[in-house]
Amino acid sequence: MMFSGAFSKSKNAVRYLAIAGAVLLLGGNILDMYMSSQGIHIFNIDTRRMLVFETFGLLFNSIAFASTLLYFLLSSKDIENVGANSGEYFALIFFVLCGVSLITSYNNLLMLFIGIEILSIPLYILTGSSKRNLKSNEASLKYFLMGAFSTGIMLLGIAFLYGASRTGSFFIDDIGIGRMPATPLFIVGLLLLIVSLSFKVSAAPFHFWTPDVYDGAPTVFTSFMATVVKGAAFIAFIRLFADSFIDAQPQWQLIIAIITAATLFIGNITAVFQQSVKRMLAYSSIAQVGFMLFAILSLKQMAQEGIILYTAAYSLATIGIFAILIKMKDPTFEGFNGLAKHQPVLAAVNTICLLSLAGIPLTAGFFAKYYMLAAALQTGKFLWLVIFAVLCAAVSVYYYFRVIQAMYFKDGEPQEIEASSSFKIVLIIVAILIVLLGIFPQWLINKLDILYL
Amino acid sequence: MIPVLLIAIPLLSGLAGFFIKNGNTAKNWSLFMSLVTLAVSVFGLTVNKSAASLHFQAEWLPSLGSKFSVALDGMSQILSLLTAISFPIIFIATYNNQYKNARNFYALMLLSQAGLMGVFVSVDALLFYFFWELALVPVYFLSSLWGGEKRIQATFKFFIYTFVGSLLMLVGIIYLYLHTKHQSFSLADFYNLKTTIPAQDQGWLFWLFFIAFAIKMPIFPFHTWQPDTYEQSPTAVTMVLSGIMVKMGLFGLIRWLAPILPEGTWVWGDTASALCIIGMIYASLIAMQQDDLKRLVAYSSIAHIGLMCLAVFATTQIGLQGVMIQMFNHGINIIALWIVVDLIEKQLGTRKISELGGLAQKAPTLAILLVIVSLANIALPLTNAFVGEFLMFSGIYTSAATKYNVVFTVTAGISIILSAVYMLNMIQKVFFGNTNALTEKAKDIRWNEKIILAAIVIMIVVVGVYPQPMFELTKTTVENILAKMSYKF
Repeated sequence: MMFSGAFSKSKNAVRYLAIAGAVLLLGGNILDMYMSSQGIHIFNIDTRRMLVFETFGLLFNSIAFASTLLYFLLSSKDIENVGANSGEYFALIFFVLCGVSLITSYNNLLMLFIGIEILSIPLYILTGSSKRNLKSNEASLKYFLMGAFSTGIMLLGIAFLYGASRTGSFFIDDIGIGRMPATPLFIVGLLLLIVSLSFKVSAAPFHFWTPDVYDGAPTVFTSFMATVVKGAAFIAFIRLFADSFIDAQPQWQLIIAIITAATLFIGNITAVFQQSVKRMLAYSSIAQVGFMLFAILSLKQMAQEGIILYTAAYSLATIGIFAILIKMKDPTFEGFNGLAKHQPVLAAVNTICLLSLAGIPLTAGFFAKYYMLAAALQTGKFLWLVIFAVLCAAVSVYYYFRVIQAMYFKDGEPQEIEASSSFKIVLIIVAILIVLLGIFPQWLINKLDILYL
Repeated sequence: MIPVLLIAIPLLSGLAGFFIKNGNTAKNWSLFMSLVTLAVSVFGLTVNKSAASLHFQAEWLPSLGSKFSVALDGMSQILSLLTAISFPIIFIATYNNQYKNARNFYALMLLSQAGLMGVFVSVDALLFYFFWELALVPVYFLSSLWGGEKRIQATFKFFIYTFVGSLLMLVGIIYLYLHTKHQSFSLADFYNLKTTIPAQDQGWLFWLFFIAFAIKMPIFPFHTWQPDTYEQSPTAVTMVLSGIMVKMGLFGLIRWLAPILPEGTWVWGDTASALCIIGMIYASLIAMQQDDLKRLVAYSSIAHIGLMCLAVFATTQIGLQGVMIQMFNHGINIIALWIVVDLIEKQLGTRKISELGGLAQKAPTLAILLVIVSLANIALPLTNAFVGEFLMFSGIYTSAATKYNVVFTVTAGISIILSAVYMLNMIQKVFFGNTNALTEKAKDIRWNEKIILAAIVIMIVVVGVYPQPMFELTKTTVENILAKMSYKF
């Protein structure tokens, strides 16, 4: 991919290659998923238990790859507009996807670490890819410093856990209470991992990089970061906790509950005060993380199903909104004024995406939130948190609907928005997917049931 | 199949309505389809009463234990009939109004009808929640796009209020769902829960549901969205809001709260009743001070709904039957009032009572019809509201569920007297007295408005004189509900 830029003068060829690559990845992944449900693996590589390919991870992979595919279809032209080296951007994105696949299938803390690094380093570059833009440079540096810091913490945590394990092992099967004593060493390692993973998913109080980085990075890459990357980090989080630390749940559950409450509160309240839609989406993404954290809090079967649905719903909606945002000249709320009159299709799709993020029924976002709340209620302990989350969700309606209000109820100057018909068709597909998932979520969920049969 | 048709006809025709190019065609199309819906509803009520045709069930989300199951019993028959009657009335009464982007307006109206129908017929909690929200979203867009000057703030407040309520209800629904035996959302399974859920849990669950319903009705102190929203919405939407949507709250209370959590309802019933009483007196007093016709009707609606809610908590056979009959009557009466308000505003460009006067000389037909509707609104004998309110009062007075029967009956009675004061005062100031420069130019109403108002007046009188069919319709439903509520006392 990287070299394709060097060989091919035409930008179109690079773009088509990228799309073809994404299709291939998606196809291969889905094929593997179906085969593995019958016990057959096509790509049988001996990873010496470093990686395991199971339905949960593969399903997330397909969501990530499908999102990327949609993302390419919608925004590949805009990726080219960021700078001169479009081939490199595509290549970096594929590197990130490589990291994603590692993260979803790790069976060993070292693989998790490597996966997160492969995921992060291309992102630092992408964030700074708008070279002449000071904000982009600042964001990149900030992201890099904070990212490196959190990576260090993660490595430290892994080292502690290694020390705490009886046999000195990095395998996640060997870690956890029952398999190792609950020594202070173990607890410290666990805490350090919570901190570093919270950083990666941008949960409060480790969220400070998110708004600046999302705002500074070129909007096309923000879209990618906010969806695929964030989802992947979450999968890492939940797999680690479900496989290793589930027996230690009493020790960390309250910490996660507090992080959840803080994330919901800060994300939602701060988003209310934003003037720029892009920054608002950054904070709203923090707020959405708060909801996803319910999955880790509960770790029931419902939570695992829910997180898959949540990432799918959230990715679809966010990619849709960002794709439209990229086309806008003015990323403030005023910029959206009167969009419904001039670009009815864009406005309608944007509305469906926003409704989905707000969790209104008939959109995928409703079932995503439903699963999270149900999973949390299943634990039987966190009713206060659920009520708090529900109130926060009501706050979120405020800022999502501000965009809808601007589009439909306010008048604005017509803007020159280049929206080709193919762009619109893909957007409509996104909207249809959101609504379909909102009525029949089980076609995604049922795939997961294979896991538990 | 009938309940499915009741949802599907407005839903599909609404979706199709978005693609009709011509505004007038869209108007006629919606009117026609709403009449079809009405025909289906009447068919289910009179001709085809077999149980098979009133129930429908299909798999929806098997892994969650939720089914697409809908059914019509006495109460949902009445309310779906109200919904089916109201929309053609609204479409005809506002036939002369011109809207920008008319096709979207009418399409959204039909979608809201579909949502309302769904609320009244679904017997699966998740499905109920779905429709509960679906009824809200089109109304939000309708009010915000075609409303008055301050429409954006007003409807936004309305949306956020109701959304908070719905989310709290969702938490309650999930909680109940997790406690059912086989993890199901069906109403029957929810009804079996009352013995398994301990008293203190019923207490807070009651409030999760009650706040959602209280916001919708609205009950003091959750009512603050209502006057602004009614005032700012286009009148056709105000009719939907006040005629039908507020009934969602009462309906939810009777079907989804009281029989599921009888102990919680019993413990908190007096508190909720006290809120109703406060709201009734408070709203009546404010209504007396209003100069704006729309706000006057809005506050009077709060008072009337408060009485119905009070009668629900009284838990008596006649009281509950009265509520169901009154839900229908109140819907019809208030829509008639809105039609009159709309006529006055369209003709004279003002809703201020102080600027009007002597309209009866210029528009005699309108005046006669309005007086009848207003008398119905204050529940004079021979009008429909008398039947409902009489039953509710006897229900409240004979209630075994509360110790404060007399207090409740008397204060509720005072609010009815107050309602007579402000309604008659309004008639006197608007229709009688001397004409002024503004009302000098007034003309009498047009034929379509005449027909609709006359039809409503006929309904008012017929139900007022011969309410027997409605008694029969609601009898078994109420018996079933009371059997589930008979927890103590």
